[in-house]
Amino acid sequence: MSAQFWIIQTFNGISYGALLFLVGSGLSLIFGVMRIVNLSHGAYFLWGGYIALSIIQATGSWALSLPLAALAVAAIGIAMERLFLRSDGFENIRSAVISLGLGVLIALATTAVWARILPSGWSAFVLVTAVASVAVFLLLRRISIVPIETDVLRQVLLTVGFAYLFQQAALDIWGGNNMDINPPAALTQSVAVGGVYLPLYRVFMIGIALVIGVGLWLAMEKTRMGAAVRATVDDAQMARGVGINTNQVSMFIFALGAFLAALGGVIGGAFLGVYPGLDFEMLPLAFAVVIIGGMGSLGGAAIGALAVGLADNFGKALFPEVSYFTLYAPMVLILAIKPTGLFGRE
Amino acid sequence: MMSQTIKIVVVVLALVAFVIIVPTSGSFVVLLATRAMAFAILAMSVDILLGFTGLSSLGQAAYFGVGAYLTAVLATKFHFGLGWDFWLVVVLGMLIGAALAAVFGLFAIRAGGVYFLMITLALGQCVWGLAYRWNSVTGGDNGINLSGRPSFGLDLSNEVTFFYLVFGFFAASMALMYVLIRSPFGRSLVGIRERELRMQILGYNTWLHKYIAFIIAGAFGGLSGVLWAQTNGHVSPETLVLTTSVDALLMVVLGGAGTLIGAVIGAAIVFGMREYLSTLVPWWQYALGAVYVLTILYLPSGLMGVPARIRQARANTAAQNVVEANKELATKT
Amino acid sequence: MKPKMLTAILVGGAIMLGLGAGASAQTPEVKIGFLAPRSGIFTQLGTDMVDGFQMYLDEHKGMLGGAKVKFIVEDDQGKPDVDVTKAKKLILQDKVDMLVGAVLASSAYALAPVSTAEKMLYIGTVSTADDLAQRQISKYPYLVLSGWVPSQPNHPLGQWACDQGYKKIVAISADYAFGYEQMGGFQQTFEDCGGKIIQKIWVPLGTKDFGPYIPSMKADADAIFTMMVGPMSLQFPKQFRASGNKKPIVGGGTSYDEFALPFMGDEVIGDVSALQYSAAIETPENEAFVKNYRAKYGKVPSYYSESNYAAAKWIDLTLAKHGGKYPGPIEFINTMKTIKINAPRGPVSLDPETKSPIQNIYIKKVEKKKMFGYGKDELWNTVIKTYPAVSQFWTYDKAKFLAQPVYSRDFPPCKYCE
Repeated sequence: MSAQFWIIQTFNGISYGALLFLVGSGLSLIFGVMRIVNLSHGAYFLWGGYIALSIIQATGSWALSLPLAALAVAAIGIAMERLFLRSDGFENIRSAVISLGLGVLIALATTAVWARILPSGWSAFVLVTAVASVAVFLLLRRISIVPIETDVLRQVLLTVGFAYLFQQAALDIWGGNNMDINPPAALTQSVAVGGVYLPLYRVFMIGIALVIGVGLWLAMEKTRMGAAVRATVDDAQMARGVGINTNQVSMFIFALGAFLAALGGVIGGAFLGVYPGLDFEMLPLAFAVVIIGGMGSLGGAAIGALAVGLADNFGKALFPEVSYFTLYAPMVLILAIKPTGLFGRE
Repeated sequence: MMSQTIKIVVVVLALVAFVIIVPTSGSFVVLLATRAMAFAILAMSVDILLGFTGLSSLGQAAYFGVGAYLTAVLATKFHFGLGWDFWLVVVLGMLIGAALAAVFGLFAIRAGGVYFLMITLALGQCVWGLAYRWNSVTGGDNGINLSGRPSFGLDLSNEVTFFYLVFGFFAASMALMYVLIRSPFGRSLVGIRERELRMQILGYNTWLHKYIAFIIAGAFGGLSGVLWAQTNGHVSPETLVLTTSVDALLMVVLGGAGTLIGAVIGAAIVFGMREYLSTLVPWWQYALGAVYVLTILYLPSGLMGVPARIRQARANTAAQNVVEANKELATKT
Repeated sequence: MKPKMLTAILVGGAIMLGLGAGASAQTPEVKIGFLAPRSGIFTQLGTDMVDGFQMYLDEHKGMLGGAKVKFIVEDDQGKPDVDVTKAKKLILQDKVDMLVGAVLASSAYALAPVSTAEKMLYIGTVSTADDLAQRQISKYPYLVLSGWVPSQPNHPLGQWACDQGYKKIVAISADYAFGYEQMGGFQQTFEDCGGKIIQKIWVPLGTKDFGPYIPSMKADADAIFTMMVGPMSLQFPKQFRASGNKKPIVGGGTSYDEFALPFMGDEVIGDVSALQYSAAIETPENEAFVKNYRAKYGKVPSYYSESNYAAAKWIDLTLAKHGGKYPGPIEFINTMKTIKINAPRGPVSLDPETKSPIQNIYIKKVEKKKMFGYGKDELWNTVIKTYPAVSQFWTYDKAKFLAQPVYSRDFPPCKYCE
């Protein structure tokens, strides 16, 4: 195989890794600070893409869709973290949200069962929802919530539940079309470097990952918030002891993680498309990045993303029959030797 | 508290009622029940790990998958397991599940807590990756179609006959696992779950205990895969995706970890939503998501723990009433 | 339950039963179980399928051939396992008279044995596989493939590519049975005509990042053959062109169908593909179909819509011959064989021996233009050549064709790959 082949494959692997870095770094930070294994991370990615599509449709601006979609998903992330991933505070809002959700489900069920008896139309539906929600709300007030801050398994399952909810909601909101984000024409060109065509969009992906990566690193090293985050990653209890508001840190990090995943979704949307099921396709890859690099380590996420991008690319190009095996087997080996990943801390 | 004997009697009676009622309630119900029982064996194997050993595995679908693929490959490529040799496939399925778990366990058991979750996730994805891409053996994304169920005197293509067979396996698995967890070995597993360090000091080889439990769970996972392949008539990578493992975990948590019967109840509910509710309403996935969220937030010990929780709540209010009455009395006097 | 309530319910039930019986005495009823993905990655295909069938039903006030239709749609999530469960639900619980639908080739392979075991008519409108209408035909007496057979459009396409003077072609295709059969059909006619397939690349179903594959493609080809489905169709041409490659693309029909076309960029203009349907067929039947469909559902119909619309018509005409009474699967298929329908895609008849359609195959080229009086410039699959009345065996002798193995990953062998 020619030198060209290796150059392009390496370039492709790196650019794919750049996208994976955006998804993986958020997941890694969330884990590092909160010890939460967030399986809705794929949903954040997908929602980023979908919201961007809506923004592009409304405003026609791709550049605007990048920050807006990411911020919108960050807000969703904050809501999820505040309301569901910690048991203290916001009891009433949490109960209200759950009650409303259950109320709608009960109304859906009633209309499905008694379609003939109930008058059709929105008013009946809203009425049933309201009555059911109030009833559920009153019931929930009598039941105490299970604290899940220290229960890894419960956190995992909770985020899976949300991933299912997000998936179905995306399908209901945006439909099932396989969509595609079209970046500005300037980015769809390619440049020829020494006889090798490099698609500009891939160059752009590498660029933005570098910018984000360096930005994050500076923020972690040079700012007060960054110091607080690092201290929390190292030892949350100690951090609290020295007066760091770990509660605030974890909210900030969860928002940042969701922001990065959604940003990845917008950028990846022009490259992978936006379609139902993308969420659960991205999830294992994001985990591969985090597992290899080590959970909670930014540098680790960068190395992990690069490793997964290259392993995936070369695995598919050279050993197609075992291409996914070449991706996950190294992951197992690394974990077996060092359970915290290459750069993770206990 | 109910005594253990009464509990067993209740479960046995429920099973007897189940096996009498289901075959009379329409062929689709029979089919669903058969599939649910095959899957419930997987859920119980997860409970052995989660409920009794304290290991939450995100890769249990792997053993399920190898059992299913073994059955399908043997049947289609070697015409093996279509007659009496079906029983041999059952044994082989358990062995391959156990063997895979024996290998995976070497990697996984060392890790604890969240790292165990991660490494089992990675192991599960390895097996999925092979099923998905190793075309020459697994048929890749096409999967493998079985040409028909085995027949050995009994014709298993009859849904009701097959239901009885799967029920037999299901009941036997449940009994075996029950015996296992009541044995001294099972009790030391619980001891490890509660206080690993203490057990180590007492001289137990906790690694070995966990390893053996992992292998046993793998064997039952393999068994449930064999039955699943025969129930379904079709095996594809979809069988062993991450969500299968996650669903199995939820079943256990929903029913109540460490009770075995809870895993079965959880399997029935989650399975019922995926396979039955989905035929009734388009929004079933919201309901499934809601079950996840509600289970996690409001059921600390699953459905099996609900009676105890209500009792406790009543006792609490009763106690509070007494306290308040006393206070009132105190203020009056 | 109180005895009074019980009586009320019993009486009510009896009345409803009586009403039901009364109604059925007047008009016969036929129950059609329809399998289509309503969730997951293939959701939109499923929507198109259901919409196509439903549109025909609505145009005929819910009646097919004089029978009142009970149309029961089940979500198969685009997965063969689920297809089997849902098919059994439709058969055992809803007691449907026939099954229609499903998307993937693997679904057809999974459903065919169910149709045999349950003696249930199954009409594969979209989901299809070569061997189900070829070497395995005797195993599945209750199966009809009303839409197409995967290699069917690709036989003419291979011939057409050869006629363009392409000598060497690199083929890249989704790695599953449906891809093997399409590529096989293309390769066979292309090479029989003197062309050479110099490389075959199999990419996993669902690949979006073609980074690993595009650089591996040999540079000395005259053209590229692609076979993509779903989101893959969108990403491949984009990434292929961005890599600087300007070679002509000829593609399997699903690479450029109307389902993907509205979401594609201008880089696909000029790409050629072959299928039994294009929304841009210029016949009055098709124009009316496209306009009505677009007015009703807000989008241009895809072949997924058309093949189910056409299937509904076929069922309509067949039932009409039996006075609206469903005659049982074998009898139904026998009648179906005698009927040539005039579908939006053109005339379609059934090859009596293989129960697969004989129909026009269109070679189509993506163009940006206005059609049927719509105001905006859009991408359309302009028909540039029509091969009339193509059977799945193309011009080959049936016996000889069936003597060779089914198209697969390794057949026809890649003689000109190194």
